Amino acid sequence: MTSDTALPLLRVTGLRKHFGRDEIIRGIDLDVAPGDRIAILGASGSGKSTLLRCLNFMERPTAGRIVLGGKVIGTERSGHDGKIEVSYSESELTRVRQRVGMVFQQFNLFPHMTALGNVMEGLRTVKGMARDAAAAKAQGQLARVGLEDKADVYPSRLSGGQKQRVAIARALAMEPELLLFDEPTSALDPELVGEVLRTIRTLAEEGRTMLLVTHEVGFAYHFANRVLFIADGVIHEQGSPDEVLKHPQQARTQAFLARHNEFQF
Amino acid sequence: MNHNWNFDAVWANPEALLAGAAGTLRIFTICLVLGLSLGLLVGLGRYSVRQWIYLPASAFVEFFRNTPVLVQILWFYFALPMLVPFEISPLMAAALGISLNSAAFSGEIFRGGIQSLERSQWEGAQALGMTDAQAMRRIILPQAIKRMLPALTNRAIEIFKMSTLASAVAYVELLQQGKLIASINYNPIEAYTVIALIFFAFLYPLVQATYVLERKLRQGD
Amino acid sequence: MYQWDFTPVLANSGMLAAGLANTLKVTGTALALGVPFGLGLALLRLSSWRALSLPAGFIVEFFRTTPPLVQLFWFFFALPILIQVEMTPFVAAALTFSIQSAAFFAEVFRAGIVSIERGQSEAARALGMTGSQAMRRVILPQAVKRMIPAFTERAIELMKTTTLVATVSYADLLFQANELAQKTFRPLEVFTVTALIYFTVIYAASLVVHRIERRMAISGETTVH
Repeated sequence: MTSDTALPLLRVTGLRKHFGRDEIIRGIDLDVAPGDRIAILGASGSGKSTLLRCLNFMERPTAGRIVLGGKVIGTERSGHDGKIEVSYSESELTRVRQRVGMVFQQFNLFPHMTALGNVMEGLRTVKGMARDAAAAKAQGQLARVGLEDKADVYPSRLSGGQKQRVAIARALAMEPELLLFDEPTSALDPELVGEVLRTIRTLAEEGRTMLLVTHEVGFAYHFANRVLFIADGVIHEQGSPDEVLKHPQQARTQAFLARHNEFQF
Repeated sequence: MNHNWNFDAVWANPEALLAGAAGTLRIFTICLVLGLSLGLLVGLGRYSVRQWIYLPASAFVEFFRNTPVLVQILWFYFALPMLVPFEISPLMAAALGISLNSAAFSGEIFRGGIQSLERSQWEGAQALGMTDAQAMRRIILPQAIKRMLPALTNRAIEIFKMSTLASAVAYVELLQQGKLIASINYNPIEAYTVIALIFFAFLYPLVQATYVLERKLRQGD
Repeated sequence: MYQWDFTPVLANSGMLAAGLANTLKVTGTALALGVPFGLGLALLRLSSWRALSLPAGFIVEFFRTTPPLVQLFWFFFALPILIQVEMTPFVAAALTFSIQSAAFFAEVFRAGIVSIERGQSEAARALGMTGSQAMRRVILPQAVKRMIPAFTERAIELMKTTTLVATVSYADLLFQANELAQKTFRPLEVFTVTALIYFTVIYAASLVVHRIERRMAISGETTVH
């Protein structure tokens, strides 16, 4: 672990997730320290997106413990045969999600609201901010992603890259302690990937705590201070970008990277 | 709500209910056959390029889709006898109203179904040297009918429900018999509850079957 | 050859106008009650709690499956005895058609709600919205827009169905026509005029629906039926 001294912002232990009979996550332990930038790589179906979606409870974990800011999420009690069962209340998860932002592969902008409306929505509905204050703050967030001139434009008139930057501004406006990116450039045309990656890089330079699921191995190398390689629902290999991406020890990591050999450091 | 439910009087006279059920089935069958076959003609007419076929077919569809079926039944029962030299029985009036109304709605289903087929199907048939009529009969209709099946079964269910309107002109069907039982025995609660449950028991499986059919066809497409 | 004579109809046009007003009153009442009740039924039916979704599903299926005239008779003749209240034709009609159209509107709402992509509710929840906030702010505004054609079509069906109230002696347009026909011995003229009045009102309404449908098709929104 790179973060022995700092208190982890997020600590995950023994995380498991089943969908019916399919076990997608098979026991993952993970510490995230403040300021960590963690890139998560793996083949499709490896469970990397599911892992991310468990962290803000888009999916409820089947087993395991998630501690955010020193507080265990959910109520634990020992069930039959000594196993610990966790039950979650929706209102608690709602509060957790206010602290853990998420950016989706398909952007998921609200099509019936302008770019500004999208960024204001969480501030107004969730944080209960007054209209003027929310608008001013949202305008500032749009400026951060370089879209101040698109405030009154509806998503259908934005390019994919612009949509994703609005989605990033929408997540940032809530001032999350932890930001999750679920393959944020996978749905984009190649020429639009750069603008989104530049935006994410800017956030990294601000020292934000971020987890990024991605296929962009080259970007992961420059972006992350830690890289996880996920296979079959477990962390197969992890370490610094140099260790995992340049000198992988495991055969599967090597095979994965060989298939993504178009990247250059 | 301290009503003492007592269904004895409803069952005491099974012939009354059976006569009603027979009447319901009779008018349902007549209207289903007439409504769908007339609807096919109307739907083909709406597809015609000849104005003298297309225009009357369209006027028919618009008129019967946009007036209430009960108004049509009462028109045939009370107004039509003024124009024709013969008696109009309750069955004739109700069957005319429901059949023509259903023809207008199913006409639109047939038209939509035929239109939904790609041009290439027509062109393929023409390339084989088929006439338009042959292409319609051999190539287009068999495919279109499969797509239209859920909408047509929905229509059949609507016709079944509409058959109760025949009671407004005192045709002997289930609801009319329910009225009769209720007025003889002063038990409208039981009488109408039984009638409602009979319709539900008959139609519910049909409705569910239609849902299944819709899902199957959507998967198969 | 029959001699058409519309003067008795014209002389009593006030009767038909009063009938049309009552038809619109029943339709309006059933719409005003049926829409919110339908939304409620749809939300209950979508609930993950079976104690809510099963009864709501049963109400919807029952009222969509049984003939409306049977429902009307039940509410008019049976219900007043069961709960021992006076029942007027208007109350029975308003009750029947409100519940019946609620059942149909519930399916329109449900189809509209489930047609909204999963990502929308996920994005709303990822911002920290509660389920009801996501429904109110994100899902419903989009769903309602898609539902408008199916919704107006249903409203037109409702107006046609309200003619059934004539059978329990509520003075709607059809009932008034029947009265007038008996009074003037001119059923042909009276029922023809009545049919034309219904046609005019309903056809005008359906033209509006088609215009909305076309505009929605242009703006790329799909119709949910």
